[in-house]
Amino acid sequence: MSEEDVPLAYVADKPRPGAESPDELRRRIPGWGADLDPADRPSVPRLDRDLPDTGAHWTFPARQPGGEGRERSIEHAFVTPVFGTVAPLRGLSGVVRRFAYSRFSEGRAAHWLLLVLGDRVDVAESRVEAILRGRPDRLIAETGIGAEKGVHPVASRLRSTRSDTHHTWMDPFVVSAPWIAAAVVGWRIVRRVRR
Amino acid sequence: MKAMTYRGPYRIRVEEKDIPRIEHPGDAIVRVTLAAICGSDLHLYHGLMPDTRVGMTFGHEFIGVVQEVGPDVRNLKVGDRVMVPFNIYCGTCWFCARGLYSNCHNVNPNATAVGGIYGYSHTCGGYDGGQAEFVRVPLADVGPQVIPDDIDETDALLMTDALSTGYFGAQLGDIVAGDTVVVLGAGPVGLFAAKSAWLMGAGRVIVIDQLEYRLAKAREFAHAETLNFAEYDDIVVELKKQTDYLGADVVIDAVGAEADGNLIQQVTATKLKMQGGSPVALNWAIDGVRKGGTVSVLGAYGPIFSAVKFGDAMNKGLTLRMNQAPVKRQWPRLFEHIRAGYLKPSDIVTHRIPLDDIAEGYHLFSAKLDGCIKAVVVPSAN
Ligand SMILES: [Zn+2]
Ligand SMILES: [Zn+2]
Repeated sequence: MSEEDVPLAYVADKPRPGAESPDELRRRIPGWGADLDPADRPSVPRLDRDLPDTGAHWTFPARQPGGEGRERSIEHAFVTPVFGTVAPLRGLSGVVRRFAYSRFSEGRAAHWLLLVLGDRVDVAESRVEAILRGRPDRLIAETGIGAEKGVHPVASRLRSTRSDTHHTWMDPFVVSAPWIAAAVVGWRIVRRVRR
Repeated sequence: MKAMTYRGPYRIRVEEKDIPRIEHPGDAIVRVTLAAICGSDLHLYHGLMPDTRVGMTFGHEFIGVVQEVGPDVRNLKVGDRVMVPFNIYCGTCWFCARGLYSNCHNVNPNATAVGGIYGYSHTCGGYDGGQAEFVRVPLADVGPQVIPDDIDETDALLMTDALSTGYFGAQLGDIVAGDTVVVLGAGPVGLFAAKSAWLMGAGRVIVIDQLEYRLAKAREFAHAETLNFAEYDDIVVELKKQTDYLGADVVIDAVGAEADGNLIQQVTATKLKMQGGSPVALNWAIDGVRKGGTVSVLGAYGPIFSAVKFGDAMNKGLTLRMNQAPVKRQWPRLFEHIRAGYLKPSDIVTHRIPLDDIAEGYHLFSAKLDGCIKAVVVPSAN
């Protein structure tokens, strides 16, 4: 290997492979270098107190009513002054979720795994509830599979131009696996807490 | 009103819901005129984000018209056309006071590690999103902004997340003139990150993905070189070869928790939900960047731990930078770039879907069918 052939990484300086000059880049790419100066790039989140007015006219936002009893991370001092209200805790999933929030900080895997378990229970509860209400889940239509009509559902699978082909075969297994995994984890947590 | 409603993993339907009410004196109710489906909505759709409750409406990218305002709202009035950043934030907490709008401490009781986000599970505060006819916008004096008359409404929609986040990712990379910048993922955010890297003076921009139509868009829209990782035995080695064994100066991860490419990660993370997502893309970033380089992470990862190659990051002396974008801080500069013709965000939109057909829209986007890059949702209450 002659010295000129030694790749850039092994020597102090060499032109970069594929390098174009700034003038070439400016001609080819609209706006090239418009924000060249790193000091003149707004909004990188370094702690910065010299900011435009946010429009806030409070030092602490007014407290939204209805926060009593709402679940919160135990890493918070209180229920935040503003919060979402769209799906309050209810049913068995609510019990699981409330336990996850009241017992474990965000730093604990149990917190998140219990929430995932709560999600699965919620889906099961909601399916049953939907049937009782006379508006059962339309299990096929809700997957949106109808969209495949006219966009080559078979050819796209054969030619691998879609992103779900390689894992379709294992979907039936994995639909049930989170249940089993979450149940095992949940049981171990319950046992540990009882002890 | 009609709203997209989550029914469980891979299942959504359009339901009649009550029009949201003013629940806090600083709220506004916005009639949605355009919303978008985002790559990170797929994490919710696939059941990957903890505490995603049945009945919730997704959608953190939307614009609309102010329908009603709470008694404390001063900066907006009924009838204003507004663009709404995906972050919900107060503007005055310790974090907001220092510009960390995406890390606000006053709007998300469910977690301290993440701020408030519209339609992004209870982990992000339990707010409904904008894939509906109406949406509640909390602390409306702070987040939304009236859309300037000369800004196209689809461009404004894309500034509520995708464009602002892509630009932010290039900023986090601390690009200096001549840098080789690699972008993982040729979705909307990756395309915008690649485009923004040029604005900051990159000497070379390489976009990596596995779908040819997305790579074609990266070449045409973002003037980037492209590599299809499915064509290489080991994409990291290829990257080293292409950079004279140096590695990239900056790698931007615009993929996040659902990276393809490693079956074990795919099974334990995106399927079994035992990790906070598959860190394949992040690990490629750590491997592919040069020693002393910077990795910028834009892709969304869940709160559960992920198997990240931290030892390599330490030994290589990397700078790892990441956050949810503080969207509104980007807007003044992005307006300038759009007006100057440097950016035309709406060029990436491939699909316009009526709200009624949103289940099909999610399926198309999730399976990457029909050349889908960015789908815009059009509600009917207009
Ligand atoms: Zn988004
Ligand atoms: Zn705040």
